[in-house]
Amino acid sequence: MLKVKNLHASVEGNEILRGIDLEVSAGEVHAIMGPNGSGKSTLAQVLAGRDTYEVTRGEIFLNGKNLLELDPEERAHEGLFLAFQYPVEIPGVTNTYFLKAALNAIRKSRGQDELDAIDFLALVKERMKIVELDQSLLNRPVNEGFSGGEKKRNEIFQMAVLDPMLAVLDETDSGLDIDALRIVADGVNRLRRKDNATIVVTHYQRLLNYIVPDFVHVLVEGRIVKSGGKELALELEEKGYDWIRNGSETTQPAGIG
Amino acid sequence: MSLSHEQTINHYLESYKAFEKSLNGDSSLPIHSLRDEAITRFAEMGFPTKTDEEWRFTNVSEIAAKRFEIPTLGAGFPEREAKTEKFVFEDLKGPRLVFINGIFAKNLSRLTQSGSDVIVKQLSSALSEHPDLVSAHLGRYISSGVNGFAALSLAFMRDGLFLSVPDGVVLEDAIQVLFVSTEAESEIATYPRNLMIVGSNCRVSIVESYVCIADDSYFTNAVTEIVVGENSVVEHDKFQNESVNAFHIAATHIHQAAHSNYVSNSIAVGGRLVRNDITAVLDAERSECTLNGLSVATGNQLIDNHTTIDHAKANCQSHELYKAVLDGNARGVFNGKIFVRKDAQKTDAKQTNQTLLLSDDATIDTKPQLEIFADDVKCTHGATVGQLDSDQLFYLRTRGIPESKARDILTFAFASDVVSRVKLDALRDQLEAFVHAKLDASRRTNGS
Ligand SMILES: Nc1ncnc2c1ncn2[C@@H]1O[C@H](COP(=O)(O)OP(=O)(O)O)[C@@H](O)[C@H]1O
Ligand SMILES: [Mg+2]
Repeated sequence: MLKVKNLHASVEGNEILRGIDLEVSAGEVHAIMGPNGSGKSTLAQVLAGRDTYEVTRGEIFLNGKNLLELDPEERAHEGLFLAFQYPVEIPGVTNTYFLKAALNAIRKSRGQDELDAIDFLALVKERMKIVELDQSLLNRPVNEGFSGGEKKRNEIFQMAVLDPMLAVLDETDSGLDIDALRIVADGVNRLRRKDNATIVVTHYQRLLNYIVPDFVHVLVEGRIVKSGGKELALELEEKGYDWIRNGSETTQPAGIG
Repeated sequence: MSLSHEQTINHYLESYKAFEKSLNGDSSLPIHSLRDEAITRFAEMGFPTKTDEEWRFTNVSEIAAKRFEIPTLGAGFPEREAKTEKFVFEDLKGPRLVFINGIFAKNLSRLTQSGSDVIVKQLSSALSEHPDLVSAHLGRYISSGVNGFAALSLAFMRDGLFLSVPDGVVLEDAIQVLFVSTEAESEIATYPRNLMIVGSNCRVSIVESYVCIADDSYFTNAVTEIVVGENSVVEHDKFQNESVNAFHIAATHIHQAAHSNYVSNSIAVGGRLVRNDITAVLDAERSECTLNGLSVATGNQLIDNHTTIDHAKANCQSHELYKAVLDGNARGVFNGKIFVRKDAQKTDAKQTNQTLLLSDDATIDTKPQLEIFADDVKCTHGATVGQLDSDQLFYLRTRGIPESKARDILTFAFASDVVSRVKLDALRDQLEAFVHAKLDASRRTNGS
């Protein structure tokens, strides 16, 4: 589904991603772990098409489409979704208005009819349950005045409505207490299907107790230095990132592709 | 074709003679002396020039150079009435006055006699029917000595809304006054003149609008004087959508008594050269004033808002939010004066001015002007000028919303922050639609 090859990206001349290779197939969950500042969010943002970052080398293909030639909205139309580490507040635009515009733009790009207000509301009501989103948040401006936890839930709620092929969740666990974490993780699990895939970006192993990954990749200084199965996350938790940094040679991603 | 200073003065003096004749018997009313004095003032002053500090950013020489005529009734009035109908805010069920090229349109107006002592009528009728009431207020708040526009307004004063609300009346329905300019035989000048006298313990909503049917060049010189009595609440919504070739110069003066509350929502999308002066005098303790404004300009439009809030007495509050969306080569001006007089302790004044520039060629001149003579006061002001937020744009786009649509959504959200403050539901929805339409049209012409 996703093929990232030798991806390099810089901002203002500083190289942040220094050759990322990653393959994700339908039905899989991949975790990307790494210390703060290692480039996890940069990778997520580059996948989504943020133009602050200049891609200097490499390629990204989603279901055969060259993402680097597509605008952010076109990537969304191809089925990509990014749950932001820091969801953006948009005063003056209500959550429902925003989501309806988004869903209908995606539907339109696929030649589907736009949903009318009634069908849209029915869908929203149903998907809200997935993350137990408070009804009152629907008619509030997007993320404005939301607590940290509400913002993260709102991201997953949007994911539930937009139903992407590939979801990239950037630190979705941060700011969530343990109950909220369980609810959000449950939501993500319920959205898993054979034909979609998820990349979970996280600093901590905690979330991976709930969203169990098929593969774990460790990102350090803009490179994936180690890949493995779910047990790698536990090992990291135990030994810390220094264990990776000091010595262990890069292992090739195993069993992927 | 353009007139020299002397020719301009002579043109208006001649116009004035013709105007006096058209007044027939009305020129023998005592109030007529105000007009005579005002035209003399105008002859002395002429129009303001760029050396005048108040008009530094707004050059009105184009107005001075044109030979605007006094409109005549002419043929085709019923047809114009028919075309005007769509501009009436039908959802507002209260009394309304409609003027087309300055002339009262009886068929579109609705002057219901509500039974109470509320007077809603044409100013021209009030001049003869309530001479004492009128002369106690007319021209008392906006002196004809302020500038040439104020002088001309009083000299050519004839019609507009006259409203008098006696103590203790709550008006359920908003009062609507609509000025339509269109399809005149020549380039015309109209002088809408509104006088509203609200007693104590009243609640009143007024909707004042200026619209056009075609892209004519004309000149609207409007003056509105509002007196708000003790404990009264007045909401005043102004919608200006003049022709893109028109000149719209307007001055509004609000005089507030103790514990009164006045709210103005001024939405300006039309006009080639627009100047709105709003002056509120908080002349007694515990009065409160809110001035909100939105300008949406594109092409070569210039929209200039000058506000003055005069905290004359202690314990008053004022809140001000002026926003502008500028595209193309449009220019905006905001000048926000706040006076806090020596006695006005415990004043709480807040002013915010925000401008969204959608093109590199659009410009704004913004200037807060705080003059504070009391020591125990809270006055804050802030001005921001910027473009659409790139984080917000990116966020919307990652959800599949195309860039142009994302820009529209964010631009409208910026603008609706002001429109949403209009309390009349029926009006607010329509104003939002107008602002949407204006932004759409602007985007199409500027291709942004
Ligand atoms: N827009 C930016 N401008 C400058 N530096 C940036 C920008 N985005 C990220 N960086 C830098 O790139 C590095 C990686 O950041 P980030 O991708 O946010 O890391 P992570 O998400 O793994 O914590 C950091 O050193 C950060 O300061
Ligand atoms: Mg990060």
